Amino acid sequence: MAKKKTSAPPKKAAVRKKKTTKTTTKAKATRAGLRPTPTAKKKAVGKSKPKAVAKKKSAAKSKAVASKRVVTRSPEREVISAGKTPRVITRGAAAVQTKSGFPFSAEQIPALANGAKATAFLRSYRKGAWNQFEKLPLPSTNDEAWRRTDIRQLKRSGLQMVEALPKATRDKLPSIPARLLKPLVGKGHGGQIVFGPGKTTVQLSREIAKQGVVFTDFATAATKHPELLKKVLGSVVKPGEGKFAAMAGALAGRGVLLYVPKGVQVDEPLHSLLWGPGAGLAYFSHILVWVEDGASVTYVHESASPTLKEQSMHAGIVELHVGARANLRFVELQSWGEHMWNFTHERARVKKDGNLDWIFGALGSHLTKNFSEINLEGEGSLGRMSGFYFTDGDQHLDHDTQQNHLAAHTTSDLLFKGALEEQSRSVWQGMIYVAPGAQRTDGYQANRNLVLSKQARADSIPGLEIQADDVRCTHGATVGKIDPDEYFYLLSRGIPPVEARRLIVKGFFDPIMERIPFEGVRQRFQQAIVQKMK
Amino acid sequence: MSQLDIRDLRVTVAGNEILKGLNLTIEQGKVHALMGPNGSGKSTLAYTLMGHPNYEVTGGEVWFKGQNILELEPDQRSHLGIFLAFQYPVAIPGVSVANFLRTALNSHRKAKNPEDKGMPIPEFRTLLKEKMDLLKMDHSFAGRYLNDGFSGGEKKRAEILQMAALDPEFAVLDETDSGLDIDALRNVAEGVQALRGPNFGALVITHYQRLLNYINPDVVHVMFNGRIVETGGPELALKLEAEGYDWVREAHEPVMSAQ
Repeated sequence: MAKKKTSAPPKKAAVRKKKTTKTTTKAKATRAGLRPTPTAKKKAVGKSKPKAVAKKKSAAKSKAVASKRVVTRSPEREVISAGKTPRVITRGAAAVQTKSGFPFSAEQIPALANGAKATAFLRSYRKGAWNQFEKLPLPSTNDEAWRRTDIRQLKRSGLQMVEALPKATRDKLPSIPARLLKPLVGKGHGGQIVFGPGKTTVQLSREIAKQGVVFTDFATAATKHPELLKKVLGSVVKPGEGKFAAMAGALAGRGVLLYVPKGVQVDEPLHSLLWGPGAGLAYFSHILVWVEDGASVTYVHESASPTLKEQSMHAGIVELHVGARANLRFVELQSWGEHMWNFTHERARVKKDGNLDWIFGALGSHLTKNFSEINLEGEGSLGRMSGFYFTDGDQHLDHDTQQNHLAAHTTSDLLFKGALEEQSRSVWQGMIYVAPGAQRTDGYQANRNLVLSKQARADSIPGLEIQADDVRCTHGATVGKIDPDEYFYLLSRGIPPVEARRLIVKGFFDPIMERIPFEGVRQRFQQAIVQKMK
Repeated sequence: MSQLDIRDLRVTVAGNEILKGLNLTIEQGKVHALMGPNGSGKSTLAYTLMGHPNYEVTGGEVWFKGQNILELEPDQRSHLGIFLAFQYPVAIPGVSVANFLRTALNSHRKAKNPEDKGMPIPEFRTLLKEKMDLLKMDHSFAGRYLNDGFSGGEKKRAEILQMAALDPEFAVLDETDSGLDIDALRNVAEGVQALRGPNFGALVITHYQRLLNYINPDVVHVMFNGRIVETGGPELALKLEAEGYDWVREAHEPVMSAQ
């Protein structure tokens, strides 16, 4: 692999040779709306040494320069140390509202169960979110986080909430293909929630329910588990974090509450499916997962729809809480039709010695802007993020990841790999943030892209911001194309061109598949490779 | 007839003519050795026979089983029964030896019969083990990523393993002996010898006589400046080993430069 020193992110694709880049802290800090500190600048110079670049796998040890100077912070980022749990809020919004053009109204905030008292908080949450939605501006490419993802082509006025459809029309929407209801993890599931256009079904095995596990939709949670819902809702992601977060917060009738009580081990995986057929429709979802101390669970959530010509949209929130010594394995499969405009705000909080294994598979949608963030709040906590994406046609997937080390002895490990066909585009921008005092942390992030056509483009923008002086942080980003010698080698063995390309792509994704111990998820991805590489 | 017939082959690489009207016939079931100094065009010939896109054929024909293979794609040449053991085998990260070989074998089966559903896995495993045993390879080899992190010897052995599994009718071995120690060399040579028979012809490209001690060639050619300039029996290889290429240069250089 060719090494290249560069100090000018972003990396553009359509590149001839594979490149490994180190993006400077300075540039990244600017993106996050921060002024680069002198420390950051110093670091940036050190980081661009090719020697460090070469060690993409073996994790070059980088000791950050101790910060001796007071760091100027934007008010958006707040770190509280000294005993309290540090908190980082990275992506706030500022500016003034211009008319957003979405034809939704406050009257469409999902109705609550007959004004029950217990759900007053839900009403006020949604009302608050709605106010944020009205206040917040529509993101534009002037916003650093949205610089590479232009949503001006989203025909906002042509959308309506699926709930607004007459029942007869809604009932005519394509029903859920049986294959999507099959377990993706293991042989069966302990529970399944399926959101159709008009109907929600909830199943949970008696054994798991007996353990005190709650796995249900919002409507049920609001009436049966109001206290739980109150505890969990909005505790990790704030609706004010962005226009689409606010929209989802206010309008998401499709919600999942998964609660695993202290010390409970859920053996069978749980599964939910958001099915969003139809054109000109808007879907909103809200996933809440709360795993109490010492508990463990595996949960798979998939979003899917057929592909249509006209636009539809989805906005969603995902909030994950992993308690002390708890284990959460969360698999998200994004299989939207290629007409879907998809926006999600997702964050996980991991407590002391907790363990989060977060897997993202993105195959669908016309456009995706996904913010996903891990806050490692407790000492000894571990967060792993594994992502794969494969785009074709005119798909545009933008994954914006953040690994926040907010306590000492925390470990994060991110690997995102993507392949791009035709005129598609991908953006990955990632940041490892190490808070002051978060010593002995180990952060790793890597993004690898395989660009399969001349028209495709991958932007890969890693970033580090380190405020502690005894840490180990490594990152790397590559954009490459199929090596002609590898290709010829396969052809020479009688493997036809299409198969040869597929084999190389499968090989490229193998390291990420190794991180996903679920045959069903892997198979789904292999099928997608075959479908997308004709 | 699986005789390989190269007629007046001319090949250009990046604007330079490397093969300058090469003629060579290798009869079915015969093993020919091709020797010659560096830069004489041996590897160019090997890549051209397999159809590497960087090698531009500007003239000539190569006939095999009734077809001018220069008109075929590399995978079609392979289906026809041609194999190239690479001098520098390429690593395919993430693709195991077993997965790769099964894909290749199934591609061959499918080329013969479009309805073929692929070799059953137990049958494939048996075949793979048998071939690995033939080459004295550890079975764990099958699970490793193809050529990824292989030693020089392992790479060459993997090439012969592929050859043994694909069972070609004509193989080009491009300096398969380079970088091998004596034991590995013997191993690889035995693998080649095991394939020899009336339906296996080969062109063995080498710099050294020592490989030919194990693989007795029927015919030895010397290539120089893009053409075959000397042809003889195994004694020709011994002469080269003893005397080097100076006499070849002296005999043929003036002719070349006069052109």
